[in-house]
Amino acid sequence: MAKHVVTAVVNGDEVDFTCRTDQTLLDVLRTELYLTGSKNGCGTGDCGACTVIMNGRPVNACLVLGAEVGSAEIETIEGMAKGGELHPLQRKFLEHAALQCGVCTPGILNMAKVFLEKNPDPTEIEVRYGLAGNLCRCTGYDKIVRAVMDAAEEMRTSGS
Amino acid sequence: MNEISKAKSNYKWVGKRTPRPDGIDKVTGKARYGDDMIVPGMLHAKILRSPHAHARILSIDTSKAKALKGVKAVMTHADIPDHPLMKPPYPPIVNDMHDICRNVMAREKALYDGHAVAAVAATDEAIAIEALKLIEVEYEVLKPILDPMDAAQPGAPILHDDQFTFGIEPKPDKPSNLFRSIKGQRGDVEKGFAEADVIVERDYSSEPVHQGFIEPLACIATASENDSVDLWTTTQGHFVIRALCSKVLKMEIAKIRVTASEIGGGFGGKNTVYGEPVAIRLSQMSGRPVRMVMTRSEIFRATGPTVGTRSRVKIGAKKDGTITAAHAEIYYQAGAFKGSPVGRAVETFFSAYTIPNVYAIAHDVCVNRPRVAAYRAPGAPMACYAAESTLNELADKLGMDPIDLRLKNAVTDGCESLMGTKFGHIGLVDVLEQMKNHPHYKAPLGPNQGRGFALGYWMHGGGLSSVSVNLQDDGTVTVATGNPDIGGSRSSMRAMSAEELGVDIETIKPVVGDTSVLGYSHLTAGSRTTFATGWAVVNATREIIEKLRALAAKKWDVPVDDVAWEAGSAIPPAGKGDLKPMTLKELAGIATKMGGAIAGHSEINAGGAGAAFSAQLVDVEVDPETGFVSPKRYTVVQDVGRAISPDYVEGQIQGGAVQGIGWALNEEYFYDKDAKLQNTGFLDYRMPVASDVPMIDAVLVEVPNPNHPYGVRGVGEPPIVPAPAAVANAVEHAIGKYMGSLPLSPPKILEAIQTTKAAAE
Repeated sequence: MAKHVVTAVVNGDEVDFTCRTDQTLLDVLRTELYLTGSKNGCGTGDCGACTVIMNGRPVNACLVLGAEVGSAEIETIEGMAKGGELHPLQRKFLEHAALQCGVCTPGILNMAKVFLEKNPDPTEIEVRYGLAGNLCRCTGYDKIVRAVMDAAEEMRTSGS
Repeated sequence: MNEISKAKSNYKWVGKRTPRPDGIDKVTGKARYGDDMIVPGMLHAKILRSPHAHARILSIDTSKAKALKGVKAVMTHADIPDHPLMKPPYPPIVNDMHDICRNVMAREKALYDGHAVAAVAATDEAIAIEALKLIEVEYEVLKPILDPMDAAQPGAPILHDDQFTFGIEPKPDKPSNLFRSIKGQRGDVEKGFAEADVIVERDYSSEPVHQGFIEPLACIATASENDSVDLWTTTQGHFVIRALCSKVLKMEIAKIRVTASEIGGGFGGKNTVYGEPVAIRLSQMSGRPVRMVMTRSEIFRATGPTVGTRSRVKIGAKKDGTITAAHAEIYYQAGAFKGSPVGRAVETFFSAYTIPNVYAIAHDVCVNRPRVAAYRAPGAPMACYAAESTLNELADKLGMDPIDLRLKNAVTDGCESLMGTKFGHIGLVDVLEQMKNHPHYKAPLGPNQGRGFALGYWMHGGGLSSVSVNLQDDGTVTVATGNPDIGGSRSSMRAMSAEELGVDIETIKPVVGDTSVLGYSHLTAGSRTTFATGWAVVNATREIIEKLRALAAKKWDVPVDDVAWEAGSAIPPAGKGDLKPMTLKELAGIATKMGGAIAGHSEINAGGAGAAFSAQLVDVEVDPETGFVSPKRYTVVQDVGRAISPDYVEGQIQGGAVQGIGWALNEEYFYDKDAKLQNTGFLDYRMPVASDVPMIDAVLVEVPNPNHPYGVRGVGEPPIVPAPAAVANAVEHAIGKYMGSLPLSPPKILEAIQTTKAAAE
């Protein structure tokens, strides 16, 4: 099968990669760019573990084709901490023990980041619906919801 | 040395909320899980799976697949040695290599939809998938059976022609799907029921549910030409994987080195082998490393789940709530091979109560579903569901408060379970009383809402754990255990070691060692890790302290008995002039010059794990128009012994309760008429999402286990045990009808509401 050459911006860096037509963005991130922080929990868009941010919107990387991300801006979990400084969501997830096995965490952090950009002062119910596309089997969501709400509060007061 | 070493208030690290040592790597995407590993030169493996739930395999022709360009190895059961049937006496949990080798790769028969039949390793995953299509398998399709009660009846389709029900004399002359029955009894049940004022009896059913770990099963095997193998895999116990691979493939244990990846959830589902022996064999055949990752659909079709059940429970009591007799019979569907946790059914049913006359029996039955795997408190929630539902109905009939009914019959220190487990120091009464005094218990309910209660019991496991603690010459400490960290155990190991040493937790780096550097360690399962492995950490750390005291004594030229260890320093005896305490770091700096590096280790078989009780209260709201159930408030009160890392203890409780909500309300398998699984993805196998559940208030009761240096009991299993029963009870109270079957999905609820309504009109 012929391969496409694609140029995109991933975590701020312009990158070129080649991919077959049937390869997903998730395949490309994990096997071509070695960004394995995006997880493959199902490959069918049901678990949210591969959630990345594409042109400012959350997407399931397993439902986007590699060939269609040309010139797009992609943010993955590897780009969330800036200059050695954790994003407030990352810090709050650690403080609140909002992860156990951690495999759903990268997707949830990306989803929560976009969610808080749109809704900086959410209610508990809004957070729950905002994260309803991301499965976590370990935590029962309690500490995740608390961490997101606490991060929201910190981000509102610090203006970040 | 089992004493509770210090009063809780004096602890510096144990019981404190500290960020977990592996946390940063997990929020930044650096943590490496099973399928995040790449080995140079690796091939990609795929498995051909049976499209039939029950079929004799007449022939397998792999020649066309082998001829495909890029294919480097093709294997079938012929490439795995056969193993004879296990002979009695059977252990409580049967792990027969005869069955495991057949589950890894079908031999005479395919026994469930998705059963592995052949495997391919190729240079590319797409080529491997293409090659699977070229393998020709000739099947003789047989009639499948899915229900455990039907499967145990004469005339049912038989899965194994060589399985004769064990424990019946004379030996039956016909094979049966019923492998064995385990029972427990005391007193005289007939007499007990005759003494009862009120008797409740009901049938129950529950469906199998999957562990639902988000990380797929994944491994990479690298076989060398000298017969040794390196295996990277996601597992709850790499020593167990090594043992099973060694047995299945008849290889020497020391030649297999297994490294556990970070694990993305397991819940019992990663306790055994699936692809590992296949990947090893393909690597041996091809001479290349072989990577195998299962798709979600493969995971649903061929791994897990827990057992589904059919049961009948009968309980009788006096008007004052004193239970006089209880009787239970339950069928466990083992899946394609024997070995479901039937002993836990008998242990679970009535062990929280002092009932004088009890009989309980559990049947282990094979059906055409995947071989069941452990799932959080394996064997307990389904039995608890039947028993606690009956007790709740009894409380309703007696007009008695459900907690008062439990308190009236609660076991206390020294009582015995039905399987003969003697309780040590237990916190059941504390748990029940704290729940009764919780504000949730008296909070008003809204329209269409109901409240449910249930009590769960779990006897924790101990077992084999090995730990090595190494003091580095800069004063930092490595704590290596043989247990994968599935939910924060490194945090607990670090806290206990820091507490013993009297140093800052950041001094200590906890790691998971591979199978070649530590003694055997059993699974991270059964809530045993913080108990058993934590105990070994304490022992190994104490060995270091002894060596440090000896080093200081040598340095100071005083008897070692005169040297104390306090707050991270060796303390010289009084009246010895100008001797000053020496810190851990100072001693570490001189150790290599004065005799050698300092290390401690411990290999134990930990006994005396505690029993734990989890009481749960839940409010649900039922939509009368759709039958949709929404849990609104949830409280868990649980005896946790001692919470070493309270954040992660709460997390275990919250996660367990929510898994129980899924079990009660949504999760089930749909099979078509040919027993082919229809819902093989997360879209149709509906696990709870964030918007389905409320906050889970986890109340920690600490009744320390006197057998552990820090009072640890184990916490992960109990919270799922009563959850399905509590949720079902709440739904039943909301709709005013006893249901007796799980899951309580919207169509079932709606039908119940409409039937009740029609009957009333």
